[in-house]
Amino acid sequence: MIIAEHVTKSFGRTTAVDDISFELQPGCALALWGSNGAGKTTLIRCLLGVIRFQGRASIGGVDVKRRGRQARSLAGYVPQELAFHDDARLDAAILFFASLRRMDKHAAKTALDTVGLTGHERKRVRDLSGGMKQRLALAIALLSDPAIIVLDEPTSNLDAAGRGEVSETLARLKQCGKTLLFASHRPDEVIALADRILVMDQGKAIQDTTPSEMWPNESGVQMIRLHLTMASESDAAKVLRDAGHAVHLNGHGLCVAVSRDRKAAPIHALSRADIEVRDMELIEGISSPEASP
Amino acid sequence: MSAIAPTAKLAGTHRHRSFFGGVYSFARREFRDALSSRWFVLYTVSFTILAVTVSFMSLSGVGSHGFAGFGRTTAGLLNLIMLVVPLMALVAGTGSIAGERERGTLLYLLAQPVSRTQVLLGKYLGLGVALACSLCLGFGISAMVLAWRAGSVGISTFVMLTALTCALSISMLSIGILISVLSRRTGVATGIGLFVWLILVFVSDLGLMAGTVLFKLRVQEVFALGVLNPLQAFKMSVIVNMNASLDVLGPVGMYATQTYGDALIWMLALVLTAWTILPLAVATFAFLRRNSV
Repeated sequence: MIIAEHVTKSFGRTTAVDDISFELQPGCALALWGSNGAGKTTLIRCLLGVIRFQGRASIGGVDVKRRGRQARSLAGYVPQELAFHDDARLDAAILFFASLRRMDKHAAKTALDTVGLTGHERKRVRDLSGGMKQRLALAIALLSDPAIIVLDEPTSNLDAAGRGEVSETLARLKQCGKTLLFASHRPDEVIALADRILVMDQGKAIQDTTPSEMWPNESGVQMIRLHLTMASESDAAKVLRDAGHAVHLNGHGLCVAVSRDRKAAPIHALSRADIEVRDMELIEGISSPEASP
Repeated sequence: MSAIAPTAKLAGTHRHRSFFGGVYSFARREFRDALSSRWFVLYTVSFTILAVTVSFMSLSGVGSHGFAGFGRTTAGLLNLIMLVVPLMALVAGTGSIAGERERGTLLYLLAQPVSRTQVLLGKYLGLGVALACSLCLGFGISAMVLAWRAGSVGISTFVMLTALTCALSISMLSIGILISVLSRRTGVATGIGLFVWLILVFVSDLGLMAGTVLFKLRVQEVFALGVLNPLQAFKMSVIVNMNASLDVLGPVGMYATQTYGDALIWMLALVLTAWTILPLAVATFAFLRRNSV
């Protein structure tokens, strides 16, 4: 399990993570939900003991501050985008990470097989598609068959096909009893995978909820993107959150999850707050968990 | 894609390598990366060509055999080494940590069950061995040319030159690694590295000469200031090793020979050792303290 107690991380005067505490039980999946800059990635880095922080955190009962190496050996990590030497061949890359976990070639082969990358061993990392890179990251995370997998927006840089590949693997991992902690701002991913959602805003945990509470009619949820003036985006996000919408800012507009039959509701809420919406577009629908693999 | 084996365990077993095992993994990867990198090939080829050219020129000037061949070549190579080797090592060192940080690979490496010290020492050892191989190749080909044309008498001087050059390169690598740890970007680190090279190779000599004239420094003060420069310590070590008198360095050399006698070589070795250990220790400390990934 993962325990965070009063985890706080500041960079100069900016508090990126502000006094966050939670417990994640074995076999459960917790989604960190929030806009860009909400502190999700920093929290994950703290929990892995990669950066220094105030407070306490443990993975599988091992304190990440005192015994970071041991704690990280209990968890696999999947970044937003696999960053590894592009010239490296896939088999060399995974064997290197296997050596760090005292795993042999057989374990590397099994991990590649698990994520469907068998047959691509001689490809260079730079020649892999986004989805394949993320599956390689998953294979590396699964090398020692850890019970805990930590993922930082694993599908945010992928196209629909790549997202499908990774989401499918994650769903199977969850079914197998893995404990998942993942950052996401995709409602479909959260609905499909998470048991709990920790909503973060400006470094604070503002809500500890469940997908069914956040999206009561989840099969009818639609993502829309609102285009506003840059100056009003953060005010708009606050107004919409106060109105009960799940919102995230990603630099390309304001993404809001709404019921399919109430797509205009966010525009009305913003209009009441005198915030002008320049344009809106429908993104894609959200599949229900039943429809997910 | 195979099925994922169900795991219901609370946490996996601790799967991470011993401290030295982890260092070895990183060193091996760094060594392989260096061998396939352009800088390594470029410097190795350049150094080898220059070393062989100097060897031929030394031989053609003497027209004799044995010690004269290796002795004159050692003297001829000294200036070449003092220019090229620090540059090779500084550039290799400055790109190491800063490069990983800039590519985003450092975070991913640190999220594995390894410590920062393992990453740093592994990279240092891998680069150190790669540099040593590069130099040995250059010296080796040069020695073969000399042995073919002038016999092998006096080869011990040449072997000692090779060993001292390797020692110089790892001390410069330490400085490069320190610069790399303290820099956020590879370009900045390389710029600082080149500046340090300029100071050590040119400015310190000129500064010492100017200081001697301006402040009327005594000979022991000039010696103390000169020997603080690892390049000067290296130069004196080579000259002492050639059984040549330090008188060639003028009054300062005479002072050093008369004052320190046989202890001089140990003193110079200590200077080179200090330039290896201290920057590396500071780099390790700084890397442990810094938050940046």
